[in-house]
Amino acid sequence: MLLNQFLILGAVLFAIGVYGVLARRNGVMVLMSIELMLNAVNINLVVFGVQHGVVSGQVFALFVIAVAAAEVGVGLAIVLLLYRNRRSINVEDFDLMRG
Amino acid sequence: MVAQNIFFGVIAAIVVVSALRMVTTRNIVHAALYLVAVLAGLGALYILLTAEFVATTQVLVYIGAVMVLFLFGIMLTKAPLGGVMEMTGAQWPIAAVVSLLIGGVTVYSLMARFGSDRLTSDGPIFRTADVSDEVFSTYIVPFEAVSVLLLAALIGAIVLARKD
Amino acid sequence: MWMLENAFIIPLIPAISFVVILFFGKRFIGADRVHVVGITALGLVWVLSALAAFQWTQRVEDPPPDAVVQMASHADDHADDHADDHADDHADDHADDHAVVSENNSGDAHGGGHSSPLIRPVISTFPQWWSNAGMEFAVGTLVDGQTVLLLIVVASISLLVHIYSTEYVKGDRRYVHYYAFLSLFTAAMLFFVMAQNIVQLIVGWELVGVCSFVLIGHWWEEKPNTDAALKAFLTNRVGDIGLLVGMIVLWGTFQTFDIDAINTLISADPGAHHLALLVAACCLMAAVASKSGQFPLHTWLPDAMAGPTPVSALIHAATMVVAGIYMIARLYPVFYEGLSVGTSSINLMAFIGGFTALIGAALAFAQWDIKKVLAYSTVSQLGYMVMALGVGAWTAAIFHLFTHAFFKACLFLGAGSVSHAAHHTFDMRKMGGLKKDMPHTYRTFVISSLALAGIFPFAGFWSKDEILLGSLVGQKNSYPLMLIFGCAVAVMTAAYMTRVIWYTFHGEYRGQGHPHESPKMMTAPLWILAGMAVIAGVFNLPGPVLEPIGLEGLAHRIQTYVEPSVYLSGLGLSHPEPSLVMALVGLALAVSGIVVTYLYYWRRVGLHGMTERNRYAKNGYTFLENKYYLDHLYNDVIVETVKRPIANWANRVNQNVLDRAVDRAGETARDTGRWIYKWIDQGAIDGSVNAAARGADSSGEGLRAIQSGKVQNYGQLLFGSAAVLAIVFVIVV
Repeated sequence: MLLNQFLILGAVLFAIGVYGVLARRNGVMVLMSIELMLNAVNINLVVFGVQHGVVSGQVFALFVIAVAAAEVGVGLAIVLLLYRNRRSINVEDFDLMRG
Repeated sequence: MVAQNIFFGVIAAIVVVSALRMVTTRNIVHAALYLVAVLAGLGALYILLTAEFVATTQVLVYIGAVMVLFLFGIMLTKAPLGGVMEMTGAQWPIAAVVSLLIGGVTVYSLMARFGSDRLTSDGPIFRTADVSDEVFSTYIVPFEAVSVLLLAALIGAIVLARKD
Repeated sequence: MWMLENAFIIPLIPAISFVVILFFGKRFIGADRVHVVGITALGLVWVLSALAAFQWTQRVEDPPPDAVVQMASHADDHADDHADDHADDHADDHADDHAVVSENNSGDAHGGGHSSPLIRPVISTFPQWWSNAGMEFAVGTLVDGQTVLLLIVVASISLLVHIYSTEYVKGDRRYVHYYAFLSLFTAAMLFFVMAQNIVQLIVGWELVGVCSFVLIGHWWEEKPNTDAALKAFLTNRVGDIGLLVGMIVLWGTFQTFDIDAINTLISADPGAHHLALLVAACCLMAAVASKSGQFPLHTWLPDAMAGPTPVSALIHAATMVVAGIYMIARLYPVFYEGLSVGTSSINLMAFIGGFTALIGAALAFAQWDIKKVLAYSTVSQLGYMVMALGVGAWTAAIFHLFTHAFFKACLFLGAGSVSHAAHHTFDMRKMGGLKKDMPHTYRTFVISSLALAGIFPFAGFWSKDEILLGSLVGQKNSYPLMLIFGCAVAVMTAAYMTRVIWYTFHGEYRGQGHPHESPKMMTAPLWILAGMAVIAGVFNLPGPVLEPIGLEGLAHRIQTYVEPSVYLSGLGLSHPEPSLVMALVGLALAVSGIVVTYLYYWRRVGLHGMTERNRYAKNGYTFLENKYYLDHLYNDVIVETVKRPIANWANRVNQNVLDRAVDRAGETARDTGRWIYKWIDQGAIDGSVNAAARGADSSGEGLRAIQSGKVQNYGQLLFGSAAVLAIVFVIVV
């Protein structure tokens, strides 16, 4: 197997995640796309760990999973709060910070 | 070797197609299910890379816990199930260009840097015991930090989401 | 020597106090009792600082063998002496680093006379905390005489400010917050003065800046206060760029962050790297100009008066503005070599210092706000210190820093006390006649003013004299322009302080209500500081003064203990011989300033009092105010019976000539002050600052279009620019 086939898969998933974050209007969908990006990073960690024969790659992948879980928890709580206050989870509706 | 490559090809195709569908589908529940497919596919790839514990965690945490959270999120926000709301914003062409740029430059750099490097196949295989040894010795401080982070996130989520 | 090696404890104490007050103050200690924590911490700091100072003097008096620098150039002549004196300890690893030391110094060192041997600072480093690309970042403390002197100054002033503030900010809604940041401010400055490497210097420097920002904007509900805080912070950012660039140049030249190593390398080979040192010194001067209020970045200092008065005292005397002076003194070889202090007769540092001193003193005449007068006075005195450093008078500058800290803190706290009494105003037009009501404040204020003016035998006289002498003698060349600047400032300082005293304490009260003396918690620090303003000069008395009373061993203590001769001797820094003539001239200048202003305002008091009386008569004031009127009469009768003979005598002797000269001198000074304030300060400097702000404003308007407030637009910009940058890197690299 080539090293690159995993890395390019990761890159493609990351780009798809970026598209999701930037294009989707639903707040929950944005969060899902962020998960996609995090997973793309995880592939790199694991594959480089294998390539260099170290266990740190897997350890960091586990840390990323843990952090992602925390991120989803807080992110969904924020989305819920937004929904409760504004009756909408369309991220385009939230522009209070307009300059 | 050939079997592994075929396996990778099939899984990678499933993952990429599911990911694309996930960000383009108009039904949010479908999107969540496509995400399940992506995550499961990645778990399979971890097995292929001999990272058994990461694969298990992937299935347990992502498919088990995070997906349930997402489904609850979808339910509680009463997201329209039948594609009533246009899921993709008007600016999707810009987003597409940006993500193509990012993907393109990353793939190009990877090709230029790693070309046809082969993945080491005779390296050590780390079992769950090795991973736990590493976590609880070298990475004990980050591990504790992550546990505190999870606690903080837990409290934060409760504080944010509770009704009062 | 334990305290010197473990000096890190000293900044740690107020840092802990900061955390305790901020996080546990309200809940567990009680919002109105948090000052106990701060004062206890500062008391502890003071004791430890005193201990450190004591141990440092021990180290200088009776140096342990490894503390003395061996003189390689000297070794062949006195090889036997060395062997006898210090056995083979000299073979320690530092010996090679300090190979070059001038002959005469080493000779003195072995003569056992008053000139002390070259004592190495106490350096303790902790294991490196970060390494990157083969570059290791250490963290540690460097303690020498200069450090312990600053420790004492910072600890004393800060402790007194803590005590004073218990009354001054009593009942403030952010009392806890105030004390927390007072502690952090002190911790930051203590950390700064014992920095072992230039990275720590930068960290301490920025911490001090942040704390000053927080404390200047303490009452942020009012717009001018937040504006002043922002102005202070942003002006300092301008200088910080210079600091960063200068430090990077130093690192690039010497490949080390270690202050000791940098100074040693320069003093071992002064001629090398001249261009790099010139660039570094100029960049660092920009930093000094912003932090220490030097022209043209001094504009933030008077505005910083928006903060609570004890904070102003702390900023102006101990923690903030002396950071710039301290940095020059700490990295003196850089400036000395970079700006050719030793061989020129005018250089950038001396000129900036002298010019700032002059401008600050002139501006002080045009102010009605008592704190602003003091602020410009600080600008002027800081200019003095920079000028002293610029002419090579290292000891004089640090000595002046030391004495100035005490009397300027006393003046600020006195101004706070006055405003506390006079309905929280700082406008001198609403003061006057407070002498009777506030005897303690009045006396301490006058003592400190005399010290500031440089009247014998107060502290300021000795330090100012040394600066003037340093400018007169210079190093290889004299600094004539600096001497003229210095003399002019000496006159003006005496004059504007007399003006302040006149408007604040003499004449009749022009404000509302009934002024009263401040409580003991406020006057006690005033008296301590006033006491120091009287006696601080004894720490560096010139030899000839002490010889008649047989105490010549106590001469030049600051020079002996504080001067880092281990770095400076390699540069060939020389000390001027004390000069009686210069001292008398300096004293005469100060006295003339006082006399001129005294007469000017004395003449005004007659007219002024008359109009007041007429207005009293016209308006038919009530009994209460009539009491004031009587008070005023009483005041006039007593004071004028003393004053009048002097004035009559002066008039008789000088007829109209002096009168007119006095009038003209006063008016010219005032007009010059106003002119400079209006055109240079407000027009040119503020104007350019405003123009820069307008430029930023209009470009901001243009950029506003992309601030849609939608997170996805920001995301597109972020990822898009990241992708473009990545593509650029891919193509270029």
